[in-house]
Order: sequence, then C-alpha cells, then structure tokens
Amino acid sequence: MSHRTEGVNTERQSMIAQKMLTTNKRQKTENISGKTIAMICAGLLVIVVLSITYFIASKGLSTFFVDGVSFKEFLTHDKWDPEGEPSAYGVLPFILGSFFVTALAALIAAPLGIGAAIFMTEIFPGFGKKVLKPVIELLVGIPSVVYGYVGLTLLVPFIREQFDVLGFSLLAGGLVLALMILPTITSVAADAIEAVPQDLRNASLALGATRWQTIWNVVLHSALPGCLTAIVLGMSRAFGEALAVQMVIGNTTKLPGGLLEPISTLTSGITLNMGNTIQGTPYNNALWSMALLLLAMSFIFIVILRLLGRKRLAK
Amino acid sequence: MKARLMDRAATVVLTLIAVLIIGTLVGLLGFILSQGWHKLNLDFLTSPPDIVNAGGGIGPQLFNSLYLLVLTMLIALPLGIGAGIYMAEYAPDNKITQFIRMSIEVLSSLPSIVVGLFGLLVFVNMTGWGYTLFGGALALTVFNLPLLVRVTEDALRNVPRSQKEASLALGITKWRTIVSVILPAALPGIITGAILASGRVFGEAAALLFTAGMSSPNLDFTDFSMNSTTSPLNPFRPAETLAVHIWKVNSEGLTPDARDVADGAAAVLIIAVLLFNLSARWFGNWVYKKMTSGSN
Amino acid sequence: MSVLTMQETIIQTNNVNVYYGEKHAVKNISMDIEKNSVTAFIGPSGCGKSTLLRSLNRMNDLVPSCRVEGSIIVDGIDINSSQVNIESLRQVVGMVFQRANPFFKSIYENIAFAPRFHGMTNKRDLDELVESSLRKAALWDEVKDRLRDSALSLSGGQQQRLCIARAIAMQPTILLLDEPASALDPISTMKIEELVMQLKDEYTIVIVTHNLHQAARISEKTAFFLMGELIEMDETGKIFTSPENEKTEAYISGRFG
Repeated sequence: MSHRTEGVNTERQSMIAQKMLTTNKRQKTENISGKTIAMICAGLLVIVVLSITYFIASKGLSTFFVDGVSFKEFLTHDKWDPEGEPSAYGVLPFILGSFFVTALAALIAAPLGIGAAIFMTEIFPGFGKKVLKPVIELLVGIPSVVYGYVGLTLLVPFIREQFDVLGFSLLAGGLVLALMILPTITSVAADAIEAVPQDLRNASLALGATRWQTIWNVVLHSALPGCLTAIVLGMSRAFGEALAVQMVIGNTTKLPGGLLEPISTLTSGITLNMGNTIQGTPYNNALWSMALLLLAMSFIFIVILRLLGRKRLAK
Repeated sequence: MKARLMDRAATVVLTLIAVLIIGTLVGLLGFILSQGWHKLNLDFLTSPPDIVNAGGGIGPQLFNSLYLLVLTMLIALPLGIGAGIYMAEYAPDNKITQFIRMSIEVLSSLPSIVVGLFGLLVFVNMTGWGYTLFGGALALTVFNLPLLVRVTEDALRNVPRSQKEASLALGITKWRTIVSVILPAALPGIITGAILASGRVFGEAAALLFTAGMSSPNLDFTDFSMNSTTSPLNPFRPAETLAVHIWKVNSEGLTPDARDVADGAAAVLIIAVLLFNLSARWFGNWVYKKMTSGSN
Repeated sequence: MSVLTMQETIIQTNNVNVYYGEKHAVKNISMDIEKNSVTAFIGPSGCGKSTLLRSLNRMNDLVPSCRVEGSIIVDGIDINSSQVNIESLRQVVGMVFQRANPFFKSIYENIAFAPRFHGMTNKRDLDELVESSLRKAALWDEVKDRLRDSALSLSGGQQQRLCIARAIAMQPTILLLDEPASALDPISTMKIEELVMQLKDEYTIVIVTHNLHQAARISEKTAFFLMGELIEMDETGKIFTSPENEKTEAYISGRFG
C-alpha cells in the first residue's frame, strides 16, 4: 500500500479540489443567521414564560410582603372586604368557587365526553369520524363569550323559572363550563382509546365477552391514564376560564352554599375588579395575588398531566 | 343474558350521548343565528355603536377584530414558524430543548386571563402605551404562539425526509433547504393551523380586556394616517373587539336594545368562526387532493 | 488489487470505519475508485455498501450518532477535513437515491433550484442548463412540453431520471447512485442502465445495487461487501467469472444473499 498518498496534498490541487475548498461567504452567513433567528424565536418562548411567572409573582407577592397580609389569612379566611375598615383579604370564597365550578363541570362533562369518545371509536367509528368529530371541533372553535352569552340568555332564565331562584348560580357556571370542556375531553379520550391495541379487544371478544364487557373491562382499563389526562386537561381549562363563567355565576362573594346559589371564582373576581382598582393599592395587589394563584394552579395541572403521561408511557 | 342486556343498554346510552352532543351544537348554532339573524344588515355591520340610544351598530368593533387579527398574525406567524423550525430541525436532544418544550406546554395551558394580566403589566403599564391595539396583538401573540409552534413543528416533521436529503445532496445549505424545500412542502399544514389560530384570535376576549381595552375612540374612516388618534389604522389606540363588545354590552350595557346588539354581534362572531373553521377544513382537503392527484 | 493501472484514481479510501452509535457498520475499508468509470458495490442487505457510499459525499453527517474514521480522499483532498466546504463537496460529488425524491415543485424548478442557489441567476443560462441536463438524462423529449407541471405528475421511472438530471445539472465530477433502479419496473430499469452507460464518459459513477446482473452489465469494477467488510474488489469480469475469495463466489452463484 506504499503508493497511497497520505493526507492532503496541497501542492497539486486541481480545479475540483479547489472547488471543494471554496466557501461561499454569503451562503454561510445566511446559514448561520437563519439558525440563529430560529433559535431566538424558540428562546423567546422561554423568556415569555419566565417573565410571565416573574411579573405575576412579583406583583402577587406584594400583598404579603408589602401590604403585610398574612398568607394564611389570605388563603383560609372567608371574609373579602378590601374596601372595608378594617379591610379583609380572605379569598377562600373565590378559591372554593373556582374548585366547585370546575369539579361540577368535570362531573358533567367527563361521562359525556368519554361516552362520546367510546361511541366514535368503538361503536360507530364511521359516523363518529364523519359527523361527531367535526361537531366536536366546531364546539372547540366557539368563542367563550358566546358560551357565556348563551348561558346568560338561555340557561340563567331557565334555572330562574324552574327553581324560582335568581338563576345566576354554580349550576349555570358548571353547565356552561361542562359544554366548553366537553370537546377537549372527548378528543383526548378518543385518541387514548384508539391507541389501545386491537389484539387486546380481539382476545377479549374471543373469550366470549360482549362488546360492552370488552370496552368496560379491557379497553377502558388500558386507556385509563389517557382518559384521566383528558379530564385533567378539561379541568385545567375550566379552572382558568374567565368571561363565560363570570357572565352566569352571579359574582356574589360568599362561600358556595348550594347548586342554585350565586358564587364567585378567582377569574370572575379578577375580571370584574381589575379595571376598577388603582394600581399599587392593597386591593389591586390582592387581585394580582389571585392571579398568582391561577398561575400556580396551572403549574399544578401541568405537573399532574406530566405524572399521568409518565404512567401512560410506563404501561 | 344479563351481559347481552348490558351490551344493548350501553350502546343505547352511548348513542344518546352522541345525539345529545350533536343536538347541543345544532341547538346552539340555531339559537344564536336565529336570534341574531334580523340584525344582520349593512347598517348594523358598519355603523358605530350608540352608548345611550337604541339603533347602534358594531362597525368599529368588527373592524377592530379584523385589524387585530392581522396585526397578531403579522407578529405571531414569523415567531411561531421560526420557533417551529428550531424545534423540528435544529433542537438537539438535551435538557435545554426539554426546557423549551416545557415552556411551550406551560404557555399553552395558561388561562387567557393570566396572559391578559401579563399584557397589562408589560405592554400597557411598563411601556406606558396604555390600552392599545398593538398591546392586544402582543398579548394574543403570547396566547397563540404555542399553537403555531406546535403546528409548524408537526407540519415540518411530516415532510418526507427524502426531500431534505435531496436538497442537501445538491449542496444546498441547511437553512436554505428548510426555507425553500421543507417549508413550502409543509405550508398546507401550517396554513390550516394558522386559520384555526385566527378563529381563536377572533373570538378571544379575556386576554384583551386589559390590553386592547374596552373602548374605541371615534374612528374616522377617511383618515388612514397611522399616527392620528382617530385613524382606524393607528395601532397605538385603544380598540374594543367584537368579542369584548359582547361581554361589555351584557355586563354594563345601558342601551335599551343591548340584548339585540349582543344577539347580532354573537351571530356575526359565530359566522366568522364557522367561516374560519370551514375554510381551514376546505383548504386542507383541497391541498390534499392537489398533492395526491398529481402523482400516480 | 490492480496497482499498475493506467487509470487515474479519483476517490481513495484509507482504513475507513463507520459507526452508528455502537454498531460498526463499515470495517476498515481501503479502496481506489478510478476516474470516468463505473464502479459497482454489491453485497447482501446490511453489508455496509450504502453506508460507505453515503460517506463519500458526507450524507452520513445527517445522522447524529454516526462517526466516520479513516480518510476519504477525493482528488487529493481529505473530504472530512475542516477546510472542505460540505456544500461544495456535494456539488462535486452528486447523489441519486434509492427512491426517486423529486422536490414538490415543477419539473423545471426541480433542476433549476440548486444551480440558482449556487449563483446561476441568468434566465437564459438556466433554461439552457435545464434542457441540456434533461437531454443527458434522456428525459427531454418526454417532458419538454410540460416543464411547468409538477414533478410528481411524472411516472416513477421518469421521476428517477429527473433526479439524475437534477444531479447532472450541478456538473459534478462524481455521481453516487444508491440502488437507483430498485423501486422501478424492468423497462424503467433498463432506461436507467442505458443512461448510466452513457454518463460514464463524463462522470465517475459509483453505483450500489442489489441486482447482480445489473452490476455485471454496467460496471467496470465491482466491489463485494459482507458484514461491513470489503471482501474483494476487481474487474467486474473477474469478480463474476473467477473470484479469488470463496465468499464472493458463494454470493455470486446465489448461495446466499
């Protein structure tokens, strides 16, 4: 092998060799700046998330560090009277209101959504894909103020007449939210159910199980983490929804009493009062603290979703 | 026998649920459109609202919604596509990438009111702009960025790898390969996603209450100077959109026909959203047909 | 190996090893490839022939876990050295892939796209280049009236010839063909083979093929690979009639593969 040239012979370079060594400056610059721009765009996402967290936290924490409200009082007292003498900053009614209305929405929407998901994957896939899926997608697209508006003009008067109450109520809020999160639950649950291997179904059917027994014992069992994910996603959407809820729940700052009584939520409290309070006042700061609670809740939802996702992968 | 009966019952119940959902949508659309139908005339769509008397229209609000949509997309699309390109083509498999992914996840699950409040702090107060269309567009950008990034990333990843190989093998740089070969092939997916995002922008209200504001100056539709405070095109003026208008009319409307106005506005909003949705669907199908009928 | 040929060597590999992560895909390969000839790489699937081919224009750079050791010298230059501009290298060493991969663009644009990027902006020059490339790829007569049509409207064989035309338009010195006819019908395959025979006067061609008859028909030199190793490389006639290695003999006579 002694005839082989070792390494690069720079003295005897032909046209071809020269060509390989030429770099087009303009192309190289464009190549690098393109990558840099794309990287900046992606970095911007991180910056936005960090600054949202930072700004809302710094505003929201001033209730405790500047205005001297105790954290415990803020979370556990049920008296909300920021303009009173002495003022009281208990946001428990808002917190409970948010949780109750979210739980109610999930209680209504989860069975319906998962039922619809089973219908479109297991019972009538053809009809499900052609009709139900587009319907669900359209429901996602309807703006939340429209849901709120329909709740206000249809649902609230209906409840008022049926039960001889005000109409603005936890029930109205729960129903409106249930409708809003139904599409989320349905489509995510449908994906989870569709991902269950066909072999499992065949095995169960071959053992003589009916279609429903198969769905109930086999399909739903292995799609369970996915269905839970669907419900949690829906709940996180319900918890953060502002205007639709605010329009129908009555906005009375007291602890939730019954299904038919008006309540407040974190979002409705912020929506109604943020524009009417002066920046920097303890009242205004307390609203930012409520916003911080919302932010914290959406982080908690993400953690739950991550845990469920891991469980799904582990299976 | 019991099992067979259960099976039957379950099928019936599930079918009822499906019917209920379809019925709800039909009822919802039917209700809104039938309530608002009589308001859908040119006068209502073009004349300004009246604060005290009946007979006001939604002209400025409709214009604001459309203008805000354009502004938002002008900002959000380049950023979303840029970040999508990074995630699909450049992002190495490491902790930083995981952190970016997590940020996208967080951003997409933030309540829109929280995004609006962030906008209030940064785009309204810190910048000293006050309530502006531009601030609203930035808040909506934050709100829609995760969707656009994900749509772009998916669309780029769905382009066959062989396209990229073909281009690179011709000595085309990676960036130009992405821009001139992969991106055009991914465009149908990106456009469909962008149309759906547009529907979201058009219907969003909570993020706008404290960024674009709840009022519009008296607009002079003959003045297009960008700088004048009454010019409709001036991005640094407050602007109430259609969705915000529906909310405001219902919570603090004074006019005797507030209900009527809200009916009409809701109908317009729904029609717009339906148009966005149907055009996205139609466009997707059209491109699919065009792409597949060409090859044999 | 034939050391004393009069032919000029254009590609020389010295102890080339290629790894995909832990997998040792190409083992210690040293070979010379002659200018303006057709060299065929044969061997059973997974023998490393395509991997080696893709190392010759550094397409393996696309695979993050891939590592290439040893030197690959093209016209006196080590292509893996940092002075080499990868985009320019790929203009010199063109490639055609196993499955036709025309861009989702018009027939004209498929060919004009890369030259335009590399600086040819004059419309007349581009028109001429498109025509001459399509003529060389024996496709001109079939598509001259529909240059603006989508390339996807062509048949599979036409698409592959378009890809060859696209590679030729870059005026490469070397053309790498990675099983260019494996997805085509016999008639299209025949056309591609005829094309390769015509192109070898102008270009150095390295072709990976599964089809032994194809290798025998079109190549001057044949290299037989097995499990990442170069078992034997010689004149094609010799490989197919009297190979020195018994493994080669076994493969040629169809005992495995």
